[in-house]
Amino acid sequence: MSTRNIVLIVIGGLILLLGGCGCSGYNGLVQMDQNVKGKWANVESDYQRRSDLIPNLVNTVKGAADFEKSTLEAVVNARAQATQTKIDVTNLSPEKVAEFQKAQSQLSGAIGRLLVTMEKYPELKATDAFRDLQSQLEGTENRIKVSRNDFNSAVQEYNTSVKKFPMVLFSGMFGFKEKGFFAAEAGAEKAPTVDFNK
Amino acid sequence: MIKRILLLILTITFISANAQIEKELPAKPVPAKLVVDYTNTLAPDQKEALERKLVAFDDSTSTQIAVVLVETTGDRDIADYAVALGRAWGIGNKEFNNGILLLVAKNDRKIWIATGYGLEGALPDILAKRIIENEIKPNFKGSDFYRGLDEGTDAIISATKGEYDAPDNYGRRKGGDKRSVPGIFIILIVVIILSIFRRRGGGGGAGGLLFFPMGGLGHGGGSSSGSSGFGGFGGGSFGGGGAGGDW
Repeated sequence: MSTRNIVLIVIGGLILLLGGCGCSGYNGLVQMDQNVKGKWANVESDYQRRSDLIPNLVNTVKGAADFEKSTLEAVVNARAQATQTKIDVTNLSPEKVAEFQKAQSQLSGAIGRLLVTMEKYPELKATDAFRDLQSQLEGTENRIKVSRNDFNSAVQEYNTSVKKFPMVLFSGMFGFKEKGFFAAEAGAEKAPTVDFNK
Repeated sequence: MIKRILLLILTITFISANAQIEKELPAKPVPAKLVVDYTNTLAPDQKEALERKLVAFDDSTSTQIAVVLVETTGDRDIADYAVALGRAWGIGNKEFNNGILLLVAKNDRKIWIATGYGLEGALPDILAKRIIENEIKPNFKGSDFYRGLDEGTDAIISATKGEYDAPDNYGRRKGGDKRSVPGIFIILIVVIILSIFRRRGGGGGAGGLLFFPMGGLGHGGGSSSGSSGFGGFGGGSFGGGGAGGDW
């Protein structure tokens, strides 16, 4: 066998190998991409769940006659803004996710401030309606935390694969872009405390 | 060859020990149990009575209620800890995610009821909170832990009773082969290693090696307790639903 043939065989083998890697890598990425999208749906529905609780919260609080209007309005406004910030699931770029996170964390902050203000209204805290609302809010924050973590690990898995050899050669070609994830917020990685027992 | 196998085993162990919080969690009990007390709070007959009740409920509905008592959850929030533990042990069935974990951190004086995805409708957070406030807390305050857990699980059972029915053959899964794929894999590796050692005529070093993968085997979840015992966790998942309290 001449050296030329050997070289050809080696090159052919390399192409096959790379192509094979590319194919299986492609399928893997499609799967991971779907996984990320599924996890994102959970994140969205958990945030939606919180958003749905807010009218209830507002109504409960309004009952207290002299409740500070400004904190209440801040919650309503932040909710409106958070609902507007929607992301297309096919474009979960780092910028988009950061934008979403920012809108939602403004709402978290507003809810947190509202709950702190409520400390001044012991008669409100004692009602059944408020207690129920409290456990619902607490549960929702926990769900958000879990679904965000799940989403982050799905993205991490996906991003690692996109950037790893040999997929890094193909991912651009097939349109697999790096995705964004939730950054830990200073002092906000813990769910807002909704504990009134103290 | 042997080096390569060892490397493989190491890789597997690393993968399974990957997630950080998992390291802090207690290992899944072998044989599987629904009532696990790491604090020695409950008397043996109390544990048995609770276990019997919960196993019977699992048998008839496939809904798995696990009661776990630990000393502390450390730096972890009890809600996070409960979700991680419920997922790690796989409480509930994979298909329905119908598991519930009643977690007690005794030294922290905290309780958490974690609800599997599939039971968030039957046991909403509000109800979980009420069960803690009305059934569990008053008893725990009087240091009657058994009564708190007994009445608490009764309340959970009555809330989740109609939600799922045990599929056919559910009772027969006991003692059956529930070994997970990694378990089989590890057995295979052990067999290969053993055969290599045997061929070389030097079985001296095999003992230590054998012991090590056995730990992983238990983790794989093969449970073959008697016909009246618990059939094993089913791989259910949790999403942060539930409620907590302290006493």
